[in-house]
Amino acid sequence: MYDVVIIGAGVVGGLTAYTLAKYDLKVCILEKENDVAMGSTKANSAIVHAGFDAAPGSLKAQLNVRGAKMMKSLCQALGVKYRQNGSLVVGFDEDDRKVITSLLERGKRNGVEQLQVIDKQQLQQLEPNLSDNALCALWAPTGAIVCPYELTIASIGNAMDHGAELKCNFAVNSITEAEDGYLVASETEQLRSRFVINCAGVYSDEIAKLAGDSSFDIHPRKGEYILLDKECGSLVSHTIFRVPSKMGKGILITPTVDGNLLLGPTSVDIPDKSNKNTSEAGFAEIIAKSRESLPSVPLGKAITSFCGLRSVGSTGDFIITSPKKGFVNAAGIESPGLSASPAIAEYIIDMLEKQGLVLTAKSDYIPTRPPMHTFREASLEEKNKIIRKNPAYGKIICRCEGITEGEILDAIHCNPQARDLDGIKRRTRAQMGRCQGGFCGPSIMELLARELGIPYESVTKSGGASVLTVGKTKGGQQV
Amino acid sequence: MRDLVIIGGGPAGMSAAIAAYESGVRDILILERDEHLGGILQQCIHNGFGLHKFGEELTGPEYAWKYEKTIRQLGLEVKQNTMVLDLSEDKVITATNQDDGVFQLQARAVILAMGCRERSKGALNIAGSRPAGIYSAGTAQKLINMKGYLPGRNVVILGSGDIGLIMARRMTLEGAKVHAVCELMPYSGGLARNIEQCLHDFDIPLKLSHTVVEIHGKDRVEGVTVAQVDENRKPIWETREYIPCDTLLLSVGLIPENELSKTAGVDLCSATNGAVVDQDRQTSVAGVFACGNVLHVHDLVDFVSQEAEIAGHAAAEYLGGSQAGSLKIPIRTDGKIRYTVPQIITAKKDVTVYFRVSNVYQNVKITVSDADKVLLSKKKRKVAPGEMETVTITGEQLENATELTFTLEVM
Repeated sequence: MYDVVIIGAGVVGGLTAYTLAKYDLKVCILEKENDVAMGSTKANSAIVHAGFDAAPGSLKAQLNVRGAKMMKSLCQALGVKYRQNGSLVVGFDEDDRKVITSLLERGKRNGVEQLQVIDKQQLQQLEPNLSDNALCALWAPTGAIVCPYELTIASIGNAMDHGAELKCNFAVNSITEAEDGYLVASETEQLRSRFVINCAGVYSDEIAKLAGDSSFDIHPRKGEYILLDKECGSLVSHTIFRVPSKMGKGILITPTVDGNLLLGPTSVDIPDKSNKNTSEAGFAEIIAKSRESLPSVPLGKAITSFCGLRSVGSTGDFIITSPKKGFVNAAGIESPGLSASPAIAEYIIDMLEKQGLVLTAKSDYIPTRPPMHTFREASLEEKNKIIRKNPAYGKIICRCEGITEGEILDAIHCNPQARDLDGIKRRTRAQMGRCQGGFCGPSIMELLARELGIPYESVTKSGGASVLTVGKTKGGQQV
Repeated sequence: MRDLVIIGGGPAGMSAAIAAYESGVRDILILERDEHLGGILQQCIHNGFGLHKFGEELTGPEYAWKYEKTIRQLGLEVKQNTMVLDLSEDKVITATNQDDGVFQLQARAVILAMGCRERSKGALNIAGSRPAGIYSAGTAQKLINMKGYLPGRNVVILGSGDIGLIMARRMTLEGAKVHAVCELMPYSGGLARNIEQCLHDFDIPLKLSHTVVEIHGKDRVEGVTVAQVDENRKPIWETREYIPCDTLLLSVGLIPENELSKTAGVDLCSATNGAVVDQDRQTSVAGVFACGNVLHVHDLVDFVSQEAEIAGHAAAEYLGGSQAGSLKIPIRTDGKIRYTVPQIITAKKDVTVYFRVSNVYQNVKITVSDADKVLLSKKKRKVAPGEMETVTITGEQLENATELTFTLEVM
């Protein structure tokens, strides 16, 4: 019997687990994929929004502003990369200027600090590479960038270090009320829990329906991105937005915490929740819109492109509700969901407490976690100390990002454990550089096979049927 | 302080080391990131190496062994599993391995021999999903030849670079079915002999002016959509064709790995993506030399060895106290000729200039001139971007030269 079962190991589920970890509770996180952070958390703009965009009085506005304020110290505690780079909403004509003025007012009402409208000259000083056609901007110095999957991995890692369980490849297909709580089941396994939290992203309406709640729907809205080489990461220092429209915040240009430049997202409503395909039309739109803001954007330096899905809720606001005692939805967590996520976790736990969850502080609770990139950022002397203790840190596996065998082994053995190639990538950055795993992929597969005790041909890219090889070669079979 | 440090123990690094030794350098250190010497040759188990250099057809490992044996016999110092992390302009090298940890050393001369990497799929922005089963051709080669595992059974190859052609044959021999090799350009970037021996001999269709426009499949590749492209290389919608497959191999170009050259402040050439060098393969940083695929991508390892010998001998001369002259004769190209190596001449001696053309041309005259004066010209029945060309200019011809221009005329 669990006290709390969390369905969905995205950033909301992860931070909820992290926040619960300080109490004496039996917690289990269920995830249908082979790893955490596999849904919207994996592919979004990685922005901590200042909070001027959401309608005053909405849950989005309230939780965004609060979450953004919590984010810096949270990332520090969890050793997650975070940078307060500030954001600019750039206007190109008088209509844009009107929108920017109204965003300023809205931001003030939402409680966003330090907001100001700046003119062309100030804008060019802040961002000399921006188009000459940019007239003005809303400057939000509190805007920031963060690594969303790292945040999720670290928060779930901390929760697991405090006893929480993570069950991957657990696709919930039934939720039934039982004595003292709920029975939550997949095709092969069944759990009992007093409380259930639905953090299932684009699938959260389906999970709610399993529990008998049909009060809302989620539809997926696709966003495509192009990621450029680190050489381009300093072309802009702020996150550059266009003025927002009904479909979202438009194509933005932002540095990432890892030093790359990110362009996107597009915004297209689609019917299929599993469709994460990029498209030629998407590339064309990203390229055209990025050039409007940043004419010199070097698209030849693209190292990858990807697509994520926003969970757009039918109410227009976050849907954080409790349709029945002991069951809480955290649904419709589209932008500014990442920014709000620490506050969403707090809000959920507050709801649980009001419904009778007893929160007794753990005596041995540690809120921090050593950063995943400790070795990379160590000094020469510190590195040598570490290598003397464990020579695996002296062996570079990923040459483009300079990632060592020691760091890859950590990713396989630390909570939550990486079990596939993409999992290694998100934890260590190995395969994320210029060659995109061309050189190191086969070697990382070897480490995964060895450490997990599985055959080489069972190693996958991202779980399920995503096998990387189909068997031994003719010569290999004889060995 | 070390006299000569060579970064990279592939064919270029090994050949440069031996040449430097022959020219009298005794304090030589080779830093190799892999477990073994030989670089990419280790996984090139097909034959065809060494025809020019040794007059015989060797496999990659056999070719590499000829050099490694000499290096072992000479007792040259090699640090394997050692990755160079940084090279400064004053030739301080920072490297790491399991035994020494992260260490620094000062070199008097450095030879850059880091080789190249394959262009990745990200650079192509192909629409569709991102399933398992998409590999660069060299990665597939490593999986099959080094690890002993087959990446897939039904294959489409995008790009007709030499590694792609070699892998079309290799996968066929391993029992996979290669459905097509698609090439964006109206001609192949690979060697003519590879098209014959790797595609034609196995009835593998080469689709020129074709590209992959979409990748399908959720977990693993399930198929690709290919389409013909027009003269502007834009896909023609009506020609779309779905090919079921579980693997997409990419052979879409090689990029010299010049990250360390950049940290050392070496001037790079935008046409080669390698260093700008003189006839001695000395870069813009005195005492730093470059050779092999890190300098420009070669078709044949034989030419890599040849070039590395030049760099090795020159590094020895540099260590002996000789300095690059004040002479500077730049070499210009006309666009039809894409690049030359060297890009600059600093001594009046016989120089063999390597160059590549930017398109397929028939019946051409290549002319080297100094201002209005024609120094030499050469006729060729056919030139192609996939085959490197050479001309040799004598010291005499350079006597009063100020600036050389390479032009190509279609007759």
